[in-house]
Amino acid sequence: MVAALPLRLAGATLRRRGKRLVGPIDLEIGARGVTAVIGPNGSGKTSLLRMMHGLQRPAEGRVQWALPQAQARTRQAYVFQQPIALRRTVLANLAYPLRLHGMSRSDARRQAEAQAARFDLTDKLSQSAPSLSGGEMQRLALARALITAPEILFADEPCAALDGRAMREIETRLIEASRQTRLIIATHDMGQARRIASDVVFLLHGRVHETGPAEAFFDVPGTPEARAFLKGDIVE
Amino acid sequence: MNDLLAGLGEALRLILTLDGDLIEITLRSLRVTLTALLIACAIGLPLGGALAVWRFRQRRFVIATLNALIALPPVVVGLVVYLLLSRSGPLGVLGLLFTPTAMIVAQVVIITPLVASIAHQALRDLWAVYHDLLISMNATRWQRVTTLLIDGRRALLTAALAGFGRAIGEVGAIMIVGGNIDGATRVLTTAIALETGRGDFALALGLGLVLIGLSLTVSWTSHWIMRTERRGTW
Repeated sequence: MVAALPLRLAGATLRRRGKRLVGPIDLEIGARGVTAVIGPNGSGKTSLLRMMHGLQRPAEGRVQWALPQAQARTRQAYVFQQPIALRRTVLANLAYPLRLHGMSRSDARRQAEAQAARFDLTDKLSQSAPSLSGGEMQRLALARALITAPEILFADEPCAALDGRAMREIETRLIEASRQTRLIIATHDMGQARRIASDVVFLLHGRVHETGPAEAFFDVPGTPEARAFLKGDIVE
Repeated sequence: MNDLLAGLGEALRLILTLDGDLIEITLRSLRVTLTALLIACAIGLPLGGALAVWRFRQRRFVIATLNALIALPPVVVGLVVYLLLSRSGPLGVLGLLFTPTAMIVAQVVIITPLVASIAHQALRDLWAVYHDLLISMNATRWQRVTTLLIDGRRALLTAALAGFGRAIGEVGAIMIVGGNIDGATRVLTTAIALETGRGDFALALGLGLVLIGLSLTVSWTSHWIMRTERRGTW
């Protein structure tokens, strides 16, 4: 199978009503690893992820996959900061992406049940998804995103509204998923970035301020702003 | 007051004795209205979904037009359908004037904009929730519309009930194209108009109560079938 990665961004800029949300961004996302996109609120983390995923088209510059855009789109999945539950049962939510791709009802059901077992959702299968708790819903969103075995998974603050235990569950699953799937995670939680990231993109004012392997970045940040940010100072 | 009480008594008598004419008229009302509603839903619900999902240049114009069509005067619709179906009209050869089919045609024209507009408003809100997810999952336009129609089914019930209410209570258009022919095109509303004109208020009121009871029964039944307000808010 030809890979969709690497992903190359060249001068990619996202605007809304003339206002620059993020960019221009020059960045390459290689084939392996877990990338943490970090930075203060409003630095453009979500916008960058949405632009890379193709939810928003760059006003300038390019977002280029190794495959044609339409093909690359089918190899990706996205977990939103506010998990979106379809108004259906948990089972139907899990089966939904498979059914979209034309899988038969019985096959989709079998795979959905297997995925539910992996994500500890078996006893919730017949429950309506919007009635799940926040942690369960995020787990469902992640399970649903991964059920098509995507090559790339974008996760926007996947643990933002979760407490310690739910957060650890999600992180464990993200690390498991990272064996087959390229992860790109936006997070404001530096502890989380340290625990799961192999490399870091530090955004500031909508630009890539610093980027590199996670270990080096957390040990010796190259810029004073990154140093201040990691120390917990307010970076403006 | 006396007329009202007499009407109530007449209604009870008609229902309890299973009056043959009443049953025939009621069944025809239901048949005409439900057929019209079925056709209006088949057109209006997917149209509402498509208008929620599709972004095209004249979208706002189409939606505004649709909303304006809700206020289409039934009498005028009746007149136009009459002219189309009359012997000398373009569809005259079909011989449909003064048949239940003509009444169905008129009702479809009257309630389709209503059904489509209510469906559009409900599905637009659902689309705002689903938008990012369905785009992210690469759902085709048709898949987006069907997903909205399935998951928004309870809101669509409201659209269908509104359409039913408008159609079952409609009198102007079906009087013109149906002709209120006894045993052929007489329905509850046209019968009420006739009896009122003849001064038989008790019978008119009796028929009116049956009509209201019918609306309530249909509404209760459909809510019960869809289990609205029982499992969650949707």
